Amino acid sequence: MSTAEESMLPRVRVGDWIDTAFDWIDDNLNILLTLFRDVMTFVVEGLVDLLMSPPPLVMVALFALVAWLVSSWRLALGTALGFALLISMDIWLPSMQTLALVIVATIVAVALAVPLGVLAARNDAVSAVVRPVLDFMQTMPGFVYLIPAVTFFSIGLVPGIFATIIFALPPGVRLTELGIRQVDAETVEAGQAFGASPWQILRGIQMPLAVPTIMAGVNQVIMLALSMAVIAGFTGADGLGKLVVESIARLNTPLGVEAGIGVVILAIFLDRVTSALGNPGRHAGSLLARLRARRTAAGGPQPTTTSEPASGSSSPSTTETSVRAGT
Amino acid sequence: MPLLAAEHLYKIFGRRPQRGVEALRNGATRAELRAEGLTPAVIDASFEVSPGEIFVVMGLSGSGKSTLIRMINGLHPATAGEVVIEDENLSALKGEALRRVRREKISMVFQHFALLPHRTVGENAAYGLKVQGMSRSDREARADRALEMVGLKGWGESLPGELSGGMQQRVGLARALAAETDILLMDEAFSALDPLIRREMQDQLVDLQQRLDKTIVFITHDLNEAMRLGDRIAMMRDGRIEQIGTAEQILNDPSSNYVAQFVQDVDRAKVLTAGAVMERPEYVIGAEQGPQQAHKLIREHQLDALPVVRRDRTPVGVVLPGEIAAAVRDGRTDLPLTERSASTVTLDTPLADLLADAARRTSPLLVVDDQGRLAGLIPQVTLLTALSNHPAEEVSR
Ligand SMILES: Nc1ncnc2c1ncn2[C@@H]1O[C@H](COP(=O)(O)OP(=O)(O)O)[C@@H](O)[C@H]1O
Ligand SMILES: [Mg+2]
Repeated sequence: MSTAEESMLPRVRVGDWIDTAFDWIDDNLNILLTLFRDVMTFVVEGLVDLLMSPPPLVMVALFALVAWLVSSWRLALGTALGFALLISMDIWLPSMQTLALVIVATIVAVALAVPLGVLAARNDAVSAVVRPVLDFMQTMPGFVYLIPAVTFFSIGLVPGIFATIIFALPPGVRLTELGIRQVDAETVEAGQAFGASPWQILRGIQMPLAVPTIMAGVNQVIMLALSMAVIAGFTGADGLGKLVVESIARLNTPLGVEAGIGVVILAIFLDRVTSALGNPGRHAGSLLARLRARRTAAGGPQPTTTSEPASGSSSPSTTETSVRAGT
Repeated sequence: MPLLAAEHLYKIFGRRPQRGVEALRNGATRAELRAEGLTPAVIDASFEVSPGEIFVVMGLSGSGKSTLIRMINGLHPATAGEVVIEDENLSALKGEALRRVRREKISMVFQHFALLPHRTVGENAAYGLKVQGMSRSDREARADRALEMVGLKGWGESLPGELSGGMQQRVGLARALAAETDILLMDEAFSALDPLIRREMQDQLVDLQQRLDKTIVFITHDLNEAMRLGDRIAMMRDGRIEQIGTAEQILNDPSSNYVAQFVQDVDRAKVLTAGAVMERPEYVIGAEQGPQQAHKLIREHQLDALPVVRRDRTPVGVVLPGEIAAAVRDGRTDLPLTERSASTVTLDTPLADLLADAARRTSPLLVVDDQGRLAGLIPQVTLLTALSNHPAEEVSR
């Protein structure tokens, strides 16, 4: 006697139904699944080859340069040390494999999430449907995604990346929707008042003003992708996750710790770089900011006339903008 | 012919707003509709705006001004009623047809400027032109001209965030001017600015309006601003237009207690003009006439003062009863002009500018029209009555 029978409730076989649905997908959408498998394998393996083709130390320098470009020399230094440690711990290849998986999964997730978020922001009905689905996706334990992934793609890299994409998607959709909805209503009205089409308003006003929020979403997508990429080790996807799985199986503490440290190093690097990309204004010390400052200082005529006192010219308006952004 | 007309406009927010229109027409109150989950923001609003006019809509916060102005360019579709621009019924337009009207006929200035923070001042000013699909070089040239008109020459490369509030609103104004539409909608455009800068912007707006001959619908909750800018003012309350009229009409002849209360604190000396308070001269006398005729007129009609005019009705001065009587006694043949210099004021001089002059004189002030002809006179007592808070009739009664 099961609990359901004891409570005189029918046994609802949700799991069976879903399983049937998966079987149906597996049988009928085989072409799509094959296409996904082939494309993902090609792209991820290609990216791994690319990351592995220069000598590792050159790659370390490149990663440090990226950190300096978007953030600061401090992050660049930290990146150089951290990535050098990856080499020294002899986990360079699995680290690059994980990085490639995270990058590709993020790109696919963002490519799906942003249009979906835009749709949800523009249409309350879409939003009402999407929101509970996202809640469901986000609270579902990540491991569960591995099951259909393995059903569809057996084991290896592809089920790992599939599960990673699904798992990482929700914050991308959510924050895109939020970013667009919180664009100042009057600014959107200005676009309408001058006769801009919905597409012109989306491209010229809503998307640019939503960028910081969308980038915060991308940042979360990357973090979730990284955590899922480790779990993807269970499906046999190459990378740090696989090392973790092995270390558990063999109770190999040193291997597990080193793989864990590798994940942390990647996580810090990806987090800092993407959050700096979302708020370029806050990183005055970055190379990009310096280049930009030099260019504006060199060119452009200086303003000549104003009929207002110059005092307090920029600070009040800055606060005003930020206040408005909050409403 | 009006350039812009609103005919029995209704805007009701909520589900199935149409039923609210019916209910209101059948005499339901706002509160009754509220109870049903409907918000009547604009109720049965009708007005016409002539080309070149500054039409001000004035009312407290929540009275429906923003909703009303947004119906003029279709940002809020009317629940009932029509907006007609030139000969086009805007309420019937949708999608691209509506956007074309917005691009070609109406532009708008917003309370909080609504500039694009990631675009330069020049790009912001050119926004309407970019939407129209104009080439980069053309729109930059036109945006530069618009920026120059509002006094922002040379600021094109800056970002809006680097400018003060007043300057940002100039950019908002330049964006609207660059679109070169006949109609300009301004929703509390100066309300977010410091009083001093606001005053400066008001003067600049009047100046621009005269140069460019724009037709402006200006929204404000500041009565002094309404009186300063408006050729005519619509007083709004709880979604309805209570009264439409010139500043003088609203001050001197409020249609309801509400309007009267509203205007009682206005600085009348700044709002009322000589033309609004002057009395029509019922009798004048030609400059070539003698004291006898003047004496006769004054005696027969019990006049306090008699203006003296040339053949073209330009004033020479005023004669007063006492002096005329003396001249007749002395047997003089010329008129004893009290105001030999005949210093006059024009119709649109604010009363504030007359006070000093009036205090120095014993005779009424002479008011002339724009061809210099006598239009009226203002005795001191009239001036004082006009400046007191009560409509003239009440005081004299
Ligand atoms: N989009 C909207 N949805 C519901 N109610 C609204 C909306 N816009 C305005 N209102 C209501 O309509 C009334 C008039 O508002 P508004 O036109 O903004 O007034 P004003 O500009 O004079 O302050 C207010 O009661 C306001 O709450
Ligand atoms: Mg308003």
